Formats: sequence, structure tokens, C-alpha cells
Amino acid sequence: MTSYVIKDVSILDGKPTDILIRDGVIAEVGSGLKGDEVIDGTGCIALPGLVDLHTHLREPGREDAETILSGSRAAAKGGFTAVHAMANTDPVADTAGVVEQVWRLGKEAGLVDVRPVGAVTMGLEGTALAELGAMADSAAKVRVFSDDGKCVHDALLMRRALEYVKAFDGVVAQHAQEPRLTQGAQMNEGVLSGKLGLAGWPAVAEEAIIARDVLLAHHVGSRLHICHLSTAGSVEIIRWAKSRGINVTAEVTPHHLYFTDDVVESYDPIYKVNPPLRTAADVAAVRAGLADGTINIVATDHAPHPSEDKDCEWTAAAFGMTGLESALSVVYETMVVTGLLNWAGVADRMSVQPAQIGRVSDQGQPIAAGAPANLVIFDPRASELVEARKTVSASRNTPYAGRTLPGKVVATFYRGTPTVRNGELNV
Amino acid sequence: MKHLLSAADLSRDEALQILDTAKQLSVATEQGVGKLPPLRGRTVVNLFYEDSTRTRISFEAAAKRLSADVINFSAVGSSISKGESLKDTALTLEAMGAHAVVIRHNSSGAPHRLANAGWISGGVVNAGDGTHEHPTQALLDAYTLRDHLRGGEGDLTGLNVTIVGDVLHSRVARSNILLLNTLGAKVRLVAPPTLLPYGVEDWDCEVSYDLDSSLDGSDAVMMLRVQRERMNAAYFPTSHEYSNRYGLNVTRMNRLSQNAVIMHPGPMNRGMEISADVADSNRSVIVEQVANGVSVRMAVLYLMLGGSESLK
Repeated sequence: MTSYVIKDVSILDGKPTDILIRDGVIAEVGSGLKGDEVIDGTGCIALPGLVDLHTHLREPGREDAETILSGSRAAAKGGFTAVHAMANTDPVADTAGVVEQVWRLGKEAGLVDVRPVGAVTMGLEGTALAELGAMADSAAKVRVFSDDGKCVHDALLMRRALEYVKAFDGVVAQHAQEPRLTQGAQMNEGVLSGKLGLAGWPAVAEEAIIARDVLLAHHVGSRLHICHLSTAGSVEIIRWAKSRGINVTAEVTPHHLYFTDDVVESYDPIYKVNPPLRTAADVAAVRAGLADGTINIVATDHAPHPSEDKDCEWTAAAFGMTGLESALSVVYETMVVTGLLNWAGVADRMSVQPAQIGRVSDQGQPIAAGAPANLVIFDPRASELVEARKTVSASRNTPYAGRTLPGKVVATFYRGTPTVRNGELNV
Repeated sequence: MKHLLSAADLSRDEALQILDTAKQLSVATEQGVGKLPPLRGRTVVNLFYEDSTRTRISFEAAAKRLSADVINFSAVGSSISKGESLKDTALTLEAMGAHAVVIRHNSSGAPHRLANAGWISGGVVNAGDGTHEHPTQALLDAYTLRDHLRGGEGDLTGLNVTIVGDVLHSRVARSNILLLNTLGAKVRLVAPPTLLPYGVEDWDCEVSYDLDSSLDGSDAVMMLRVQRERMNAAYFPTSHEYSNRYGLNVTRMNRLSQNAVIMHPGPMNRGMEISADVADSNRSVIVEQVANGVSVRMAVLYLMLGGSESLK
């Protein structure tokens, strides 16, 4: 196996050094190292390979939007070495058979660890538990369960799921959305929704479910994860829950760190997403929550859609944005440039903690001799104009198109093999 | 004026220009000169995704009186009902050479998409989009108010207009609030709290939950249609209770000042938000609103498509 040496790269916030990668592991860290191939890391940052807890790969069922292979390529391009494939496929990933299929296709693609998420309820219908144990025991070893896209809104079913997954150290990742309060909802409920005549998605519909679920998790002594938290009130509830010792973790998406709801004024469905983009006060609160650790991780909620589902009127459009390829640059712009996080913080929020929550071994490890060689080299001095037609994802629905984002993934190593080199896919 | 998507697109001067032009066109029509020539050779498409008898007919009459060619494209009996996307329909209209598209759509913002997505090059007139706006309705209401209360000239400075009913779902209310403010009038909204938009306290108008205390000092009362189906979504308990608290009946009408007018964008639910006696009273200008709608839409199409040519 070819060995690689990355020269003069800063590991997180450290001084420039060399990293030698050989036989799938980090062989040595130090100065003056030699390898078969040399990658210049001058001015760049080395982080552990990113781990996404929330990715929609669409296969099986919507291969027109994304496949496990195309999504894996997009992930590698963005610096990821592991993704969690959400369960809302067709058929739904609610049996051992489907999760094993996703897991096997991920292995065949071989660009990132593809960790299937299992559905909490059969068919995502919110009425009966799926075979959680069978999925946990399958070759896919599912540990994260979610009906994402839909809320497990039945309190009793949510309680049972939280209890049941304790048997195999699983976690329920809740899409917090009270369904009755969000019927037909199109955008954040606020002054702007009233003006635009778009049905509102009120913050309370998210916060009410989070409040209920942290109390349930406390009552039954389970761990709980909250998907794509988006409001200032949700940050407050999680902060309170953690202060009480409740075992809850939470994620925020790059787009909720970056955008405010005023972009919806264009009625351009590229900005249509669930939960919706929120106010400036909410954006400030989720950034602060991510900085102080209340929010544990960044997760992309990468949601590819074919162009016909976005090239239409607002209410007819699908919810969702792609995010794998832009995530690190967006976090850099919103959290690092602003002084809210250093690189160690970025590694913690985008690699270490997501791997812990998902119980992913071999990921989120410190960059040190003996660790699996999953890492990303990021050049913060570069910047790039995002162009939808240039995305690696099979879909083009990036909300950053036409914007310039700072920084660039120069290289990604997955188990010792460069999936990205010189800023381009190497596969 | 390239498009008319929102009443907010209009400055005071632009709005007055439309009203003044509408007045001229109305006079010319009354003089019985028949069709006016300015839009000869221009094609206006009425693209209606929602049932709307009066607005579609009004736009059709307006375009025809200006000698435009009119194509009616409605959801019934066209490829729209076969699931063709707005984009494909727009590309078709573009290929047919539409100079202006008048669109009614149940999705808020659809006219904005049609105007800005690069699908067509012609002008777009919003004829009502979802629960967003209906700017030509606001223009015809302003025209009617000006005719009755300001001698058909100038703006509406000093007028107090009370809008009553389902503001939450009303595109008429949104456009009216914007345009009335532009023209100097003061707006008061009256509705049960459930039928007011979230954040209405930040709007440029007064808000009240009580109709009786809102009648004094109103120069005009504009009643909004309330769909009986709203009852099932818990916006109010029963249509009977709604009618008692927010309906305009003769007793309430008699408390209005002598010159105050009563308006309704139609279609009315007689017996719900407005009693039949009130709708048919001499205070009601509802039928005039319809007639003025044609003049105002003529003015909009004229200024959008033929503004450089003389009216004479």
C-alpha cells in the first residue's frame, strides 16, 4: 500500500508538522517524515475525518436524486469519512434486510463508512415499532434510529422506543415537529410569513416536542438525540435538560448556522427546508449553543432533490438542501472566522462527538500515531464560488450557489487512501 | 412597470397614475367609443389555476377593450389538470409570444416565480396568489374609495378604512393594507385573534378584536369573505357565533357615519360576514367595485404594455 506524507500541516490549532500515513493508519507524526507520495500541507489544517450523523442518500427508491455511490462521493469531497444514511427511503429502512442492503452498497462504494439509520416505526407511520433489535443485530449494526422527516409524535411510542433501544446501546434521533401545529407549514412563523402569505412553522412546534422528549428520556433513563435543532427556545431547553443531567445530545445543520429566513422573500424554493430557516436571533442562539457545547454536533441533513422538485412554485417544492460538500466551509465561516470555535472545537463538533453518538468505531479519533487514517486537510486561505452544476452530488439543490464560501477541502483520507487530492475527487 | 406582483411595488405616484389612467379609460369607455386601440397586436394570457369568475372576466374584458388578443388558460380543460408544471406552462406561453401573463394561483409567490425564474420574458400581473396578495383588487378598492370619498382625485390621505374578517387567509387584505398606506389612508383590522396573522402587531395598521367599537370614525368598512370550512379548523366555534360577533348587519351599519361606504371583494357569504340587507343597501358599493375593476385592470395592462403610446 502506498504511503503518504502530509508536509507542514497544522493538526487542529497546533504548529506545522508532518503526518505519515501507511497501511491505513497514521504511522507517525513529527518533522522530516518521508513517504512514497508527498502532499504539501503548508497553511492547511488537518482534522479527523468528518462524521455526519444525518445524511439522506435516497437509495433505495429515489436514485434520481442520489445514490449511495454519488452521495459517498459528495461526502468525500466535503471531507467526510463516515455518514449516517437516513431511513426515509423507499422501501423504508425499517427491516434488517433494507439496512443491510444500504450497508452493503456503502461498502461497495468504499469511499466513506455508510452507517444506516433504522426507522423507529414501521414505514415511518408512527403507529408501531419497527424491528429495532433485528436492525441492531444485523450486519449493519444499527445504533441510531430515526423517523426523520416525520416526528415520532405519539408520546407512548416515543417512550417505548427510548426504552427499547437501551438493550443494544441505541439512540433515538427525534425529528422534533408537532404535526398538528405545522399542518401545511411552509416557512418560519413570524412577521415575514404573515407578509408573504406562507403558512407558518412556529418555533413552539419544535420546542414542545423537545421539552416532552427530554422529560421522557429523563423518566426512562435513556439517551436521546435531537435532529436539526433550529430555534433559540430549543437551545434553552437542551441547556436546561443538560443542567439536570438528562442524557440528551443535539445537532444543528450548517444552513441553520448560515441563513436567516429573510431569503425566503425571493420565493425561491432553493431555500425551502424543514425545519425552516429561522430568524437572526435564532441563528445567533444556535451558534452560541454550538460554541458552548449545548448543541453537540453539526449534522448536514444533506437532502438531495431532482431539479423538477425545486424549479417550481414554493408550495409545490420539496423540503431540503444538499450540504455535504459545503459543510466544513460553512462551519468555518460561521463559527471559526467569527471566533466562536477553534479547530479543536470544529473537530469535536464534526467528528469526535458525531462518532460517539453514532457509536462508530475507527472514526473521530485524535490524529496520532496508531489511529486509523481518517482525516481531512482543509485550506482556510482558499475560497470558492459555489456553482450548482459543479456539485458532486447527483442533485443540484445547494442553497449556496452563487455565493463564495471560504476554505477548501484539499484532501480527504479514508482508511489510509486519499479519496480527495488537490481538491478533486481521487476516485 | 414591468410586472405587478405586489401592491408594495407601487409608489404613491405610480399608484395615482394607475388610478388616473383608469379614470380616463372609464370616461372613454362610457363615451361609447367602443374598443380602444392601444394594445392591438399584443397578447395577454389569463393563466388561472383557481376558479375565479369575476377576476378572470374582469381581466378579459379589460384586455379586450384595449384591443389585445386574449388567451384564457385555466386549470379546467388544459394540460394544467394533467399535472404540467408551472415552468412548462410558462415555457409554452413564452413560445406562443405572450406579452403579459395574468396569473391566479393557489400558491403564494407563484407570480414572483413566474416573473423572476427566467421562464418568460413578458410582464406578469398577479391576479391573486394563495394567501399573499391581490394588488389589482387593492387598486380597484382605492379607485372606488377615491370616487366616493375624494371626488375621484388625489390620494386617500385622512381616510379611515376598517377591514373586517379573515385577514390571515386574505390576499385582498394584504394588498389593501399596503396600498392604502401608500395612499395616505389609515387602516384598522378587525378580526378574531385566530384569523389575524402572527406578528400582525408589527404591521402598519391598528388591530382590534371588537367590531362594535371599531365602527365609529370609519369612512369605509371592507368585509372579507370567511369560508365556512375555517370553522372545522377551530378558527371560530360556529358560523352563528362568527356572524354575531363579526358580521355586518343593519344595526351595525346604522352606526356608521353618514358618508361611510361598505365594500366586499366578493364572492359574498350572505348571512355570514354580511347580511343581505347590508349588501343590497345604498351604502354598499360592491357592484361598483366590480365595474371599477375593469377600468383599473385596463389601466394596469395599458401602462404595462402600451404606456408609451397615446390614449387618444
